[in-house]
Amino acid sequence: MRLIVPLQGVVQGRGGLFVGSLIPCCLFYFLQLYLKRRRSPPPPDSDSTELPRTSSRSSLFTRGNSIGRVRVSSRAAPLAKPPDSPYYIGLDRVKTDPYHRVTNRDGIIQLGLAESTLCFDLLQRWMSENLMESLMMQSDVDGGFDVSSIAMYQPFEGLLEVRVAFADFMSRIMGGNVSFDPSNMVITAGGTPAVEVLAFCLADHGNAFLIPSPYYPGFDRDIKFRTGVELIPVHCRSSDNFTVTVSALEQALSQARKRGSKVSGILFSNPSNPVGNILSRETLHAILSFAQEKNIHVISDEIFAGSVYGDKEFVSMAEVAASGDFDKSRVHIIYGLSKDLSLPGFRTGVIYSFHEDVVSAAKKLMRFCSMPVPVQRILISLLSDTRFIEEYMAAHRQRIRDKHFLFVEGLKQLGIPCAESGGGLYCWVDMSSLLTSYSEKGELELFEKLLSVAKINATPGTACYCIEPGWFRCCFTALADEDIPVIMERIKLLAESSTS
Amino acid sequence: MGLPLMMERSSNNNNVVELSRVAVSDTHGEDSPYFAGWKAYDENPYEESHNPSGVIQMGLAENQVSFDLLESYLEKKNPEGSMWGSKGAPGFRENALFQDYHGLKSFRQAMASFMQQIRGGKARFDPDRIVLTAGATAANELLTFILADPNDALLVPTPYYPGFDRDLRWRTGVRIVPIHCDSSNHFQITPEALEQAYQTARDANIRVRGVLITNPSNPLGATVQKKVLEDLLDFCVRKNIHLVSDEIYSGSVFHASEFTSVAEIVENIDDVSVKERVHIVYSLSKDLGLPGFRVGTIYSYNDNVVRTARRMSSFTLVSSQTQQLLASMLSDEEFTEKYIRINRERLRRRYETIVEGLKKAGIECLKGNAGLFCWMNLGFLLDTKTKEGELALWDVILKELKLNISPGSSCHCSEYGWFRVCFANMSEKTLDIALKRIHEFMDRQSGF
Repeated sequence: MRLIVPLQGVVQGRGGLFVGSLIPCCLFYFLQLYLKRRRSPPPPDSDSTELPRTSSRSSLFTRGNSIGRVRVSSRAAPLAKPPDSPYYIGLDRVKTDPYHRVTNRDGIIQLGLAESTLCFDLLQRWMSENLMESLMMQSDVDGGFDVSSIAMYQPFEGLLEVRVAFADFMSRIMGGNVSFDPSNMVITAGGTPAVEVLAFCLADHGNAFLIPSPYYPGFDRDIKFRTGVELIPVHCRSSDNFTVTVSALEQALSQARKRGSKVSGILFSNPSNPVGNILSRETLHAILSFAQEKNIHVISDEIFAGSVYGDKEFVSMAEVAASGDFDKSRVHIIYGLSKDLSLPGFRTGVIYSFHEDVVSAAKKLMRFCSMPVPVQRILISLLSDTRFIEEYMAAHRQRIRDKHFLFVEGLKQLGIPCAESGGGLYCWVDMSSLLTSYSEKGELELFEKLLSVAKINATPGTACYCIEPGWFRCCFTALADEDIPVIMERIKLLAESSTS
Repeated sequence: MGLPLMMERSSNNNNVVELSRVAVSDTHGEDSPYFAGWKAYDENPYEESHNPSGVIQMGLAENQVSFDLLESYLEKKNPEGSMWGSKGAPGFRENALFQDYHGLKSFRQAMASFMQQIRGGKARFDPDRIVLTAGATAANELLTFILADPNDALLVPTPYYPGFDRDLRWRTGVRIVPIHCDSSNHFQITPEALEQAYQTARDANIRVRGVLITNPSNPLGATVQKKVLEDLLDFCVRKNIHLVSDEIYSGSVFHASEFTSVAEIVENIDDVSVKERVHIVYSLSKDLGLPGFRVGTIYSYNDNVVRTARRMSSFTLVSSQTQQLLASMLSDEEFTEKYIRINRERLRRRYETIVEGLKKAGIECLKGNAGLFCWMNLGFLLDTKTKEGELALWDVILKELKLNISPGSSCHCSEYGWFRVCFANMSEKTLDIALKRIHEFMDRQSGF
């Protein structure tokens, strides 16, 4: 029934050669489909595409009597289909043939996942020295290990100590001029639930958030899936280095209103993803003024705040909000340790809001996605080890800076420019010179060629709703220095073969 | 949902920014007595030495009776190994990066094997049908999102866990239609009650998408009979709806032979169209006493539901650290067999202690055989057999006896005077004190 079976499982089975040709065909099929969909709105009840549907198809039923196949809800149905965004297609594709510098030199190199492994050595050392102590708390009674300290129910929004630790940590990495009040903070199991919970609290089903584009493709899932809140892209241009302007926000808002859409807020990332811009204090001020004037919310996703390597200083929206000119209660911040501390597996997210009722509602919603107590204990220990954190953050920033330089230089040698960026784990690359046609179609063809010929997974701008074709996000913080010339060589070969 | 309409705002006049219906709704239920008692406890918690006259928490179904078993396991086995898995510290790297919603295979295998062990091998669990969530609360909500649309309904037998009002309805917009059960047959679900609930929904033009039961039942503390399960499945097939069985207390049945899981019923069925409407929820919070770890699962016989739930679980993933730590513990069959056996025994003894103690005070309980609580009948003490009468008694018990117990009305029980009393979240000494307070109260009552 499934058209695309878990690729990894199949490839590791017997069907290698067959599947090896099947996969690119399937992917092309999906790309065509994706293009078709993007070009025009799909006709209602279109059944001509053979995507797997819910189990309500009666042809699958063998029993002759009246038992129907039981159905899932209509909001679940879209989830049953394989993802059609190139963002996910690329990630899945890498799993079928992942590059390994020793065992699989011809594999696909992953540049599509914003993760850093640059400072694992430091983290590993800390963990091996401190993890057991931070977890195995002593019992007051007999000095033996007291499991109740990690086993029992605790407030779902996080222990006070962990919120204090996060507040302190965030203040330090965001420049030290902003302080966070632990009682305005709610801890959750990842940036994904953090964004979704905020969406549930700030907007009703059918309302919308304005979002400067290009934007992180994951937001489509995180915001829209269950809340029913729409995302309205506010297009930014290379001429402004993809920085959002108030006039663009104005235009998007008035168009939305004309269509009858109710806009509840603006959501943006700072440092931005996928471009890697640091928003200036003036821009943040302007966004907040706009929100104040229109009486809407502002959600600032600051998950890359500690991954700043350029010369521009990072300023948190919390700092601007506290400057006294604004009604703070409309400002909400998202944070987490997946990027800055390279711990995506731990599932760490923070919702910080100046609105008492939002904090109160978010606390109650934490029962669906709270951080496990043992992980909280580890983080209390880790984040309060200020000496280690200082050492770590300095190394983290330096190593990203160095890797960024190497990567961007390598591309420059090939005549491929990048947008100016000062933060994040990626760069925003202008590959328009490699396009056969300066269009979305051309870009997706390049995406496929990069995947199947150059064997590189980079996220195309279309997946990020970028209005200018040819831009790709390349994440470089999981690469070793020696991987970079390999990548550049592959791109060079691809470029040469397309001009010939 | 009965909230004021959202009005179009002009930009400058009323500058208070709006929140969503979900945010302002009181479906979280935290204003009900179930939670009010907790507040009283938080303000004045009983503590053996420092505050012996404080409120004893008997409203929280938490299992602390077997902590020593967990502690000795964690201390004895190579704890370093449990942290990182077989690779030792270098395994940290994968651990830190791992955020695949499929979950660690070794952990799913360990969960499947643990669930099988609890059922005495009478049903097999396929690790690939296990979807991990951050707790059973999340599992129940997730399943509700998947099986029902806003304004659809799930049928739930009363009395039921008060948290369902929030977990199944709050963000999902789905309704609960009660299946009324009463003491005439020990609160078991009857085919008539099922039909009646279904009809009630249809009459109100509400589409029913499934039945959700808890087996063993919370708050009853009793297993659901095999015949009832078969009737339930039959009903769901006839109406073409889903059957969700929350088996979170399956490892807390005092005598393993008395528990029949819906998995056993399904085990012998080949017809996919019957099987694929069945879904099981489980968690380590009650049986293993690890609610702080936030580990829940959805086990579904429906491929589509498994796939969808897996993707949706991005909103509620289990930390890789937790999966790693528990994978080794749960796959240690020698440990799990011993733990399950001793845990059952201790719960049974606690149950007998409390039921005996209550009997001596002249109080009867429903005959139970599972869980972390007993279902106590104080109907004879009510001034009036109404909700108000019950809540008045509850208030007296909270304020005078300083015992936080859960009134049946918060569990939507259609008979008044029943109370759920938890006994596994305290020491034996504390339980004695609670019983003493009840005795004294009953003596005072008969003194009138």
